[in-house]
Amino acid sequence: MNRSITATVNGEKVSTEVEPRLLLVHFIRERLRLTGTHIGCDTSHCGACTVLLDGVPVKSCTVLAVQADGRQLTTVEAIGAGQLHPIQKAFKEEHGLQCGFCTPGMMLSSFALLADNPDPTEEEIRWALSGNICRCTGYMNIVKAVRSAAVQMKQAAAVPAGAVAGS
Amino acid sequence: MAIETPLKGFIGESIKRKEDDRFIRGKGNYVDDIVLPGMLHMAILRSPFAHARIHSIDTTAAQALPGVVAVVTGKLLEQHKLAWMPTLSGDTQAVLATDKVRFQGQEVACVIATDPYVARDALPLIDVGYEVLPAVVDPSKALEPGAPVIRDEKEGQTSNHIYHWEAGNKGKTDDAFAKADRVVSLETFYPRCHPSPVETCGIVADVNPATGHATLYMTSQAPHAHRTLFAIVAGLPEQNIRIVSPDIGGGFGNKVPIYPGYVVATAASLLIGKPVKWVEDRSENLISTGFARDFHMKGEMAMRNDGRILGIRVKLLSDNGAFYADAQPTKFRAGLFHIVTGSYDIPAAHVVADGAYTNKAPGGVAYRCSFRVTEASYLIERLVETAAIELDQDPAELRVKNFIQPDQFPYKSATGFEYDSGQYEKALRLALDKVGYDELRKEQAEKRKKGELMGIGIASFTEVVGAGPGKHYDIAGLRMFDSAELRVHPTGKAILKLGVKSQGQGHETTFAQIVTEELGIPAADVEVQEGDTDNTPYGLGTYASRSTPVGGAATAMVSRKLRDKAKKIAAHLLEASEADIDFDHGKFFVRGSPSKSKTIQDVAFAAYTNLPDGMEAGLEGVTYYDPPNMTFPFGTYLVVVDIDRGTGQVKVRRMVAVDDCGVRINPMIVEGQIHGGLAEGFGIAFMELITFDEEGNCLGSNFTDYLLPTSWETPKFETYETVTPSPHHPIGAKGVGESATVGSPAAFVNAVIDAVGHLGIKNIDMPVTSDKVWTALKEAGAAE
Ligand code: FES
Ligand code: FES
Repeated sequence: MNRSITATVNGEKVSTEVEPRLLLVHFIRERLRLTGTHIGCDTSHCGACTVLLDGVPVKSCTVLAVQADGRQLTTVEAIGAGQLHPIQKAFKEEHGLQCGFCTPGMMLSSFALLADNPDPTEEEIRWALSGNICRCTGYMNIVKAVRSAAVQMKQAAAVPAGAVAGS
Repeated sequence: MAIETPLKGFIGESIKRKEDDRFIRGKGNYVDDIVLPGMLHMAILRSPFAHARIHSIDTTAAQALPGVVAVVTGKLLEQHKLAWMPTLSGDTQAVLATDKVRFQGQEVACVIATDPYVARDALPLIDVGYEVLPAVVDPSKALEPGAPVIRDEKEGQTSNHIYHWEAGNKGKTDDAFAKADRVVSLETFYPRCHPSPVETCGIVADVNPATGHATLYMTSQAPHAHRTLFAIVAGLPEQNIRIVSPDIGGGFGNKVPIYPGYVVATAASLLIGKPVKWVEDRSENLISTGFARDFHMKGEMAMRNDGRILGIRVKLLSDNGAFYADAQPTKFRAGLFHIVTGSYDIPAAHVVADGAYTNKAPGGVAYRCSFRVTEASYLIERLVETAAIELDQDPAELRVKNFIQPDQFPYKSATGFEYDSGQYEKALRLALDKVGYDELRKEQAEKRKKGELMGIGIASFTEVVGAGPGKHYDIAGLRMFDSAELRVHPTGKAILKLGVKSQGQGHETTFAQIVTEELGIPAADVEVQEGDTDNTPYGLGTYASRSTPVGGAATAMVSRKLRDKAKKIAAHLLEASEADIDFDHGKFFVRGSPSKSKTIQDVAFAAYTNLPDGMEAGLEGVTYYDPPNMTFPFGTYLVVVDIDRGTGQVKVRRMVAVDDCGVRINPMIVEGQIHGGLAEGFGIAFMELITFDEEGNCLGSNFTDYLLPTSWETPKFETYETVTPSPHHPIGAKGVGESATVGSPAAFVNAVIDAVGHLGIKNIDMPVTSDKVWTALKEAGAAE
C-alpha cells in the first residue's frame, strides 16, 4: 500500500504518495525528474547517488523514499541554482571532472565535508571522498578542487558582509 | 606572434573545459536521464548456470503480472531471425539463449513492463527448465580432447579452439635463441578485469511503427559503426536508424560492443510500438558485458650476457569466454599484441596465440587500451625486470642498453610495425632524475641490510594507437578512418561535427582548439557535436586512443581545407594576389604589410556576402581522414613501494610518470587523462579481479567483490612530459587516453618484484594483493 510523504526538496515542499519499497534515488530521478543524481552500482559503493539528507551525505540508493518523510533533501541541482557554488567552480577550474557522472555525488560529499571541516588536509579530503568512486580522474584533481574550494570559501567568509553587498 | 589573453584556445593552452558547465550543475544528459512519452521498461532474466541446456521456458505467470506488457524469449526472436547476432570478431553471440546457456549471467528472457520495478518483479516468475552441464572454466582444459564442446551449435566446431594466430618470424627467432648466452623466461597471467565505467550500459529504443524510423539512444562509443551493425543484424534500412549517443559516463572500452539488451529493447520497441528503456545494473554490467584481458602469457627472451636482447618468443592463450567477441581489427586475432617488442631494438620476435571458448562472459574489450597492447606492454616490461634480476644488472641501464635509438626512426619492428618517433632514453632519464633514482637505490640497499623491503619499479612502455590505416585495420569490415565536418557561419562562429564520441575525454574543448589553431576562431566560438548519426559524418568512434590521432587529424585537415578557401576570399577582400597572402593566428594579411589584414571573422562574413566571381558561397567542408600509420606514444613510469613483511601490504610511496604523447593540445586535459589511466592501472595491478569458481560462478559480480580504487588507496601521481611529435600527424599529436593504463601495471608489479626479487621471488600475478605477497614471502622464508 502506498504511503504519503512530505519532504522539503531543494527548499520546496513536496507531498506525494510512494510505494514503501521505492528507493530514494528513484524518487528523486523518476518522480521529481532531478536527474543530476546518478546511479552507478547496486551495493552502495559508488556514491554517484549521493544527496544531502538534513545536510548529511547519504547514498540515496540505500535509503527508501519514505525515510525522507519530514526531512530536508538537497540535490546537486540546488547547490548552484543561482550562482555557481565555489565547489562547482573549483571542480571546473581544477579539472576535477571528466565524464561528469560521479561529479554531483563528489560535489555533495565535498560540500558536507567543507561544512564540517572548512580547512581539510589532503588526507582528510581523500578519506571523506572515499565513498565516491571516480573512474576517470584518478582523484588528483578532485582533491585539488576541494582544497581550492576550501580556500575560496574561507576567503569569501573573511570578507565583511557589507563588502559583498556593495561589490 | 604573441598570444592574446584571455586564452583563445590555441594548441598548448590549458583552457577550461567547455563541457563542464552542464555537468557541474547536474545537467548532463545520460541515457538513463531520457524519458519518452509512453516509455516502457525492460529487465533481463539471466542464467544462474555457467553451462546448461534449456528444456523449457514458461512465461505464463510473468505475463499475467499486472503491468507486464510482453515477455520476450529466444524463441520469439528466432521467428524474426534475431536470436543470434554477429560479434565484432566475426563469431556469433546469442541475443537470448535458445538451446543452451553458456555463461552465468547470459541473457535468457526479457520482460517489458510499464514500470521498472514491475519488470523486475516478473523475472522470478519466469520458469526455465535447465539441465546443468559440466562447466569449462580453464582455457587449457577447454582445449584438452574430450572437453565438453561449448559451441556445439556451430557447424564444424568440434572443440573449444577459436583461433590460431602468429606474428613475426619463427626461423629468425629460433636462430636468435640458438645464439643466446642465456634465456630469460616468465610465465604470467594477466587476469580478467572489467572497465567498469561508473555509468553502466543502456538504451532507450524508440521505433516508430508508422514511419519505421528507429531512434536509439545508446551508451555507444561508436555510434556510426553501431548503426551499420544494427542495420545488418535487424535488417532495418540504415537511413531509418538514428543512433544518438548522449553524454556518456565513462566508457574505457566497455561501450564498444553491441550487447543483447540493446537488440532486444529495439526489437521490443518495434513489436510493441512504444519506446523501451533498458539500463543494466552494476551486477549485470560486471557479469555480462565486455571484460578485458584474461590472457595467459609465456614469454622468453634470448639474451647476451652483457644484457642485449637478441630475440623474444611468446606463447599466448586467450580465454575468450563463450562467444568470441573481442573488439579488435579483423585481421589481428590477438589484437596488436605483436607490439610486444616494446621500446627495444629486438632483432627477432615470434608470437603464437591461440584462443579458447570457456563458460564465461564474452568480451575481450580493450579496457583503456589499444587492442591487447596492455598485455604486450606488461609482458615485455616484466620480462626486462626479470632479466635485470637474473643478470644482476640495473633495470634502468638494461633498458637503456636495448632502447631503439632516436636516429633509428622510423623504426621497423621485428613483428612488422613502423614506429613513428621516440626518444625513450630521454623520457627514462627524466623519470630517474625526478624520482631521485640513485638516492633511492642507496636507501634500498640500506633497508635491505636491516631486512626491510623496498622496491623501485620501472616500465618504459611504447604503445601503438590511432588505427587505421584503413587498408590494414578495420572493425567488422569497416575501415578505421575518421571524419570531421566544419561549418563556419557568417558571424565567424563554427560548428564542428565529428565521427568520434567523447565519454569524458573533453572532445568539446580539445577539438575546438584544433580549429582555433588552424583557423584562429576562438575555441569558445566553436561548438563541437558528436554522437548523433543523423547529424555527424561517418566515423569509427572513440576507443584505442584514436580520437586525436584520427578524428583530430581530420579536424586539422578540414580546417586547412577551409583556410585555403578563406585565403582566396581574403585575397579578394584585400585586393591582393592569393600568393601574397599570409595567415597567422586568425588573421590574413598581405605579406610585408601586416597592417593590411582581414580576420577570419571578416572572411567568414564575406563567404556569404562578398565573394570573388565564380566562387561557391559558404565556408564549410568535410574530411575523411585515413591515417598513413599508427602513432606510438611512449613514456617511463617509476614506482616506489614499501612492503610490510608482517602483512604483505604494499604501500606505494611514489609514482612518477613521464609521458610523451607528442604535441599536447590541452595540457590540462592530457594530464587528467594520464591521472585517470594511472589510477585504473593501479586498480588492475593491486585490486581488480574477475574470477570464477569451478562451476563457473562469477566471483567478481559487484563492487563488493570487484574492487575499484577510491581516493583513499589511490596513490598521488607526479607527472612530467617530453614532447616528440608524430611526424605523420598533421599537428604532431599521438593520443594519450590509454598510455597510463597500458604502462603502469608493469611499473607497479616491477616495484614489488624489485623489493622481493633478492629473496628468490620471481613473479606474483596481478592483482598483487597483500595475501599473495605475504604467501610468497612466507614461502621464501621472509615473512614476519
Ligand atoms: S548508486 Fe548509490 S552507491 Fe552506487
Ligand atoms: S568524472 Fe567520470 S567517473 Fe568521475
